[in-house]
Amino acid sequence: MMMAKKWAKFLRDFENFKAACVPWENKIKAIESQFGSSVASYFLFLRWMYGVNMVLFILTFSLIMLPEYLWGLPYGSLPRKTVPRAEEASAANFGVLYDFNGLAQYSILFYGYYDNKRTIGWMNFRLPLSYFLVGIMSIGYSFLVVLKAMTKNIGDDGGGDDNTFNFSWKVFTSWDYLIGNPETADNKFNSITMNFKEAIIEERAAQVEENVHLIRFLRFLANFFVFLTLGGSGYLIFWAVKRSQEFAQQDPDTLGWWEKNEMNMVMSLLGMFCPTLFDLFAELEDYHPLIALKWLLGRIFALLLGNLYVFILALMDEINNKIEEEKLVKANITLWEANMIKAYNASLSGNSTGPPFFVHPADVPRGPCWETMVGQEFVRLTVSDVLTTYVTILVGDFLRACFVRFCNYCWCWDLEYGYPSYTEFDISGNVLALIFNQGMIWMGSFFAPSLPGINILRLHTSMYFQCWAVMCCNVPEARVFKASRSNNFYLGMLLLILFLSTMPVLYMIVSLPPSFDCGPFSGKNRMFEVIGETLEHDFPSWMAKILRQLSNPGLVIAVVLVMALTIYYLNATAKGQKAANLDLKKKMKQLPQLVASSVPRYAGGPEGLFTLLFKTSHFWKGQEHKHCEVAVPLFP
Amino acid sequence: MGNKQSVFTHEQLEAYQDNPFRQRIAQVFSDDGDGHMTLDNFLDMFSVMSEMAPRDLKAYYAFKIYDFNDDGYICAWDLEQTVTKLTRGELSAEEVSLVCEKVLGEADGDHDGRLSLEDFQNMILRAPDFLSTFHIRI
Repeated sequence: MMMAKKWAKFLRDFENFKAACVPWENKIKAIESQFGSSVASYFLFLRWMYGVNMVLFILTFSLIMLPEYLWGLPYGSLPRKTVPRAEEASAANFGVLYDFNGLAQYSILFYGYYDNKRTIGWMNFRLPLSYFLVGIMSIGYSFLVVLKAMTKNIGDDGGGDDNTFNFSWKVFTSWDYLIGNPETADNKFNSITMNFKEAIIEERAAQVEENVHLIRFLRFLANFFVFLTLGGSGYLIFWAVKRSQEFAQQDPDTLGWWEKNEMNMVMSLLGMFCPTLFDLFAELEDYHPLIALKWLLGRIFALLLGNLYVFILALMDEINNKIEEEKLVKANITLWEANMIKAYNASLSGNSTGPPFFVHPADVPRGPCWETMVGQEFVRLTVSDVLTTYVTILVGDFLRACFVRFCNYCWCWDLEYGYPSYTEFDISGNVLALIFNQGMIWMGSFFAPSLPGINILRLHTSMYFQCWAVMCCNVPEARVFKASRSNNFYLGMLLLILFLSTMPVLYMIVSLPPSFDCGPFSGKNRMFEVIGETLEHDFPSWMAKILRQLSNPGLVIAVVLVMALTIYYLNATAKGQKAANLDLKKKMKQLPQLVASSVPRYAGGPEGLFTLLFKTSHFWKGQEHKHCEVAVPLFP
Repeated sequence: MGNKQSVFTHEQLEAYQDNPFRQRIAQVFSDDGDGHMTLDNFLDMFSVMSEMAPRDLKAYYAFKIYDFNDDGYICAWDLEQTVTKLTRGELSAEEVSLVCEKVLGEADGDHDGRLSLEDFQNMILRAPDFLSTFHIRI
């Protein structure tokens, strides 16, 4: 008996501990009580992303970066691990490091540093295999986790239950009887009030009529402008990319800061200003606020997607250039090697007291490394994105709030109520920025294993910085709308971005030849050949035969067909079950009417009814698993 | 709790809660309905509000708490009182009456213009957060 009690106490304490370990819970609760659930949903999303990135970081750090650091050859031992002689003088300059060139480029942060030896260290850790598998596993894990979150939220939606007793539940179950702190209570009152206002607006908006033709014309006009904006932004990026290619041909010292960072700045600025334009055009459309929000999100999504893909096209251009360059460099290297061999033979046959023949790794001519270049581009883009976001928040939110607060005393009109007033927290913009950032991480982490780590730092500081900014400079929105009750809309977009960002990576892995002079796959014809190599060397031969049979096209087609059929079957079952669910609900609605008309009222009043209920509730505990239709005859 | 009285006044309870329904809770659980609770009443209150209490019991007592005029039904006036207390008067009268109409429309199964115990239970037992909000942890 004592043991059972102690065990129960231990479990309770453990639950409390687990609840206390959840990071930033108090911050998010404070925001929730002041701004409502929609703003808090952004921070919950941020925290969830942090968790996903943490797992990706642990994978890349422990399986790629750490083994290389512990057991790989140190800096300076191989040509690929050394800064070339020409760049050595400036390798440690801040400007160079900020661009992730110089010492930063020749380190475990990027693909090019890794050696292509099959095993390293005393444990025979297979680094190329691990690099490849971690890349694939990160993608697989990301898909799994996003899908899992989406399916969990489908359950939350309840299949339509929310709308049956919407207001009743708001009235009777929204007060949290646990609250004992006056300030929290204040916040809870505010949040309940806002919740009611939200529901009332939704209710009212459903009852208004409109003038059809004018509305249609205005909507067409708005879409036309949006199209123009999207086209304009695409062209701007294309032009910036062409210019950056021209700059790459010139001498770096003649370029100012703007020219060097033009590409990234253009992308970040477009991402900042175009959404405000879209908002402006949406004024013409006059949709219900929820639908307008969805349109806005869709347009911002299209904008950011277009930008990302133009960027990738530009990168592919660069990659192809580098691959062409490789052929020339290979020819040069063969010449150089021939010279070195001559010199080496000369030193052997010559004076034996002369200095031993030795070529410093920094002097060896290097081949171009397109993978490191891709990694660098993504890292630079991420860093510039972060900086732009922080600067925007500081200037747009904080300075504006300071200006409104302090200049209000000596200004002609009321700054706080009129223009510019305090900023509202832009949920959709922030969520989309987060999603696209994650897309870039997914694209770039194969070529720059440090990218998840950089993102973790970024999300961590973002959390604190944005929490502070929101509580300090923003005001709750006047119109409170969430794009989706259960965050499924955002998760859907995240899934789409995941799919779209892993496609270029997979394409590059499967069809581009790895650079011959850098990275764990150098010397192979294609990156995935590392799997074949492992099968040959590390697995018994019969297993290799079996696996080769498995990749037989006939078998693969059969498997794909079976999967398609399973999907179709599950889809049909789900539809059927939803219909059955709705049917049961209808029956349940009619049940109280049937019961109330058939049961006489008790003479004992509420107490008698209460005793009866108490008895039936005890009875119910034993009968919990019975079907609800049994309830009718048992009620009297 | 300090003093060694056998009866608890609702002024003393007020110091411990910011609950908008604190007076109703005290009234419902006290013997004479005036808000003074004995130890037995106090224990009853915590036992109903604890995590272990069955849903039906909680639903019954919730009904009694929200029935401000103690007539065995939650009528429109009771609903208005509830909503006003929940929002601390921040909603306009028009909004409050809209909310009350909606609630009656949704939950009133026998269409008599007020919620009986069965209507209330039918509605509240399906609510996902009823159990988690209607409880006090000691």
